[in-house]
Amino acid sequence: MRRVREILRKEIRQTLREPRMRVLLFLPPVVQLIIFGYAVNLDVELSRIAWVDQDRTPASRELRAAFAGSPSFAIVAEPGSPDEAGRLLDAGDVLGVIAVLPGFHRRIERGETAPVQILVDGTNSNTAAVVAAYAAQVVARYGADRLGERQRALLLEVIASTGIDGPRYLAVPALEAAPRVWFNEDLRSRNYFVPGVVVNIVALVTLLLTALAVVREKEIGTIEQLMVTPLRPIELMLGKTLPFAAVGLVQMTLVTLAALIIFRVPFRGSPLVLLLSAVLFLMTTLGAGLLISTVSETQQQAAMASFFFFAPAMMLSGFAFPIRNMPVAVQYLTLLNPVRYAMEIVRGLFLKGVGVETLWREMLSLFLFGSAVLGLSALRFHKRLD
Amino acid sequence: MSRPPAAVVVDKLVKRFGDFVAVGGISCTVERGEIFGFLGPNGAGKSTTIRMLCGLLRPSAGAAWVAGFDVAGEPEQVRRHIGYMSQRFSLYDDLTVEENIDFFGGIYGVEAERLRRRKEYVLALADLGARRGTLTRLLPGGFKQRLALGCAVLHEPPILFLDEPTSGVDPIARRAFWDLIYELAAGGQTVLVTTHYMQEAEYCHRVALMYQGRFIALGPPAELERERGLDTLEEVFVTAIEAEEAAGR
Repeated sequence: MRRVREILRKEIRQTLREPRMRVLLFLPPVVQLIIFGYAVNLDVELSRIAWVDQDRTPASRELRAAFAGSPSFAIVAEPGSPDEAGRLLDAGDVLGVIAVLPGFHRRIERGETAPVQILVDGTNSNTAAVVAAYAAQVVARYGADRLGERQRALLLEVIASTGIDGPRYLAVPALEAAPRVWFNEDLRSRNYFVPGVVVNIVALVTLLLTALAVVREKEIGTIEQLMVTPLRPIELMLGKTLPFAAVGLVQMTLVTLAALIIFRVPFRGSPLVLLLSAVLFLMTTLGAGLLISTVSETQQQAAMASFFFFAPAMMLSGFAFPIRNMPVAVQYLTLLNPVRYAMEIVRGLFLKGVGVETLWREMLSLFLFGSAVLGLSALRFHKRLD
Repeated sequence: MSRPPAAVVVDKLVKRFGDFVAVGGISCTVERGEIFGFLGPNGAGKSTTIRMLCGLLRPSAGAAWVAGFDVAGEPEQVRRHIGYMSQRFSLYDDLTVEENIDFFGGIYGVEAERLRRRKEYVLALADLGARRGTLTRLLPGGFKQRLALGCAVLHEPPILFLDEPTSGVDPIARRAFWDLIYELAAGGQTVLVTTHYMQEAEYCHRVALMYQGRFIALGPPAELERERGLDTLEEVFVTAIEAEEAAGR
């Protein structure tokens, strides 16, 4: 126990001695959080569109008013021809073009289908899909309004012609779907991302610091000196991981507080469950860091190996790309990814407010992965050079 | 098994790395209080031998006992009885002199009261009393070396292994370092030291000349010179290597 304490004290002294290191430990997490909170935003707000009116009738002007009044769109150009609109799209001046074709008004009056063309810049498929869907919604609502008016007019005509003199409460039936979104009521992508950033930061820092701390001793040769002491491998492992576990927990607290205060991301679960899950998750990242340190001889190798582990683990965690959109084989592969479970846990805690009764499977998975990887690195940690 | 009473017993020790034979079956016995030198060029197998004796490398064949413990079978027992100073400077550069001493004292399990005494001893030994708060990286080479030696003897090990302790140190500092080694040996500690400096080997009680993983001569320096009618260890070394090559090995 005393030997673990000595290693701990040394690690903390070495890590905190350099002013640069002190800044590096705690500034980047907050910067990263702010970048993800402010800059990474998949929400589509106020898309710039061009309006091409080849009909120039009351009906087409009404539709234009519907787009102009929508919070999702800003009409920034009204080119005279589809070609000109195409150029605006090419230049990226607008995200989409709404073109009302000649005969729009006439067709509506006749009760025929009146097409409206929606052109969308598909460079970013996600934005394109959202813009197209919003535009289609505006058009559909306008269409439904017109249809209702027309049916009411027709009914009145029928009633008048038959001469029925009864109560006139005949209404046009209409169906309306009223969607309600749970957990992230305003569908803010920030609420989806920011909890993930907590995982992201904690994972990278603890993985890298642990891997580098052990390999640095290999590089300068002090590990050889430690090997000839009565220090036990488990004591060295504890001494090398506990300080970074502490750093990880402090960072997590810092980033979570910043998320709640700066970005007003909801936190509906139990902080205690978050803490417990963080400890379980740290077992996997610290274990992976130790394992990397046993196979690396230099700090460059350790850093490269850490990123080689970290990048795919993030990609396949559901942090940015939903797992259910992945090919089935890859979906199964993500079951081997501890970061995936951590993502599910933080989102469950921040947004859904669920507890251990729902998250126990993920927590158990983290515990099993953590024990396995720690065990594996313990087996590889010995006090010999060959 | 009866444990040999000598400090170190080496019996036909072999270390192979793949096809390469780094140490090819060496034997010797080192008595308590002796300063025993391994002299030879780089790659002769000196460091590999020391590392096997410290339990850092597993012998491929043969056996060795340090303080009566088998280096292959009881490495942890061996580690409790030795101090080791590796070839590379191996203190923490970013800790102060005192922090390094406290750290190694703690790792070796030296109790607080005794550590306080030992710390003063080591600071005096390394002449660093006034610089206990200095970052180790800021010390001149000779002081670093003596601090490293001090940290290796904090727990008063009966046997001390020094691997090229004076490489990269100026002659005056080297001389001062050897005074320390004598002091330790006079206090009853056994010292095994490797070097490639001929004049340094002259300070040893006995020296083993190592060449291509084998001992080509072993004995007190003065005796080795007298037997061959030569004046210096360097000449002894040259004749021994020539004899070895002539034997067609």
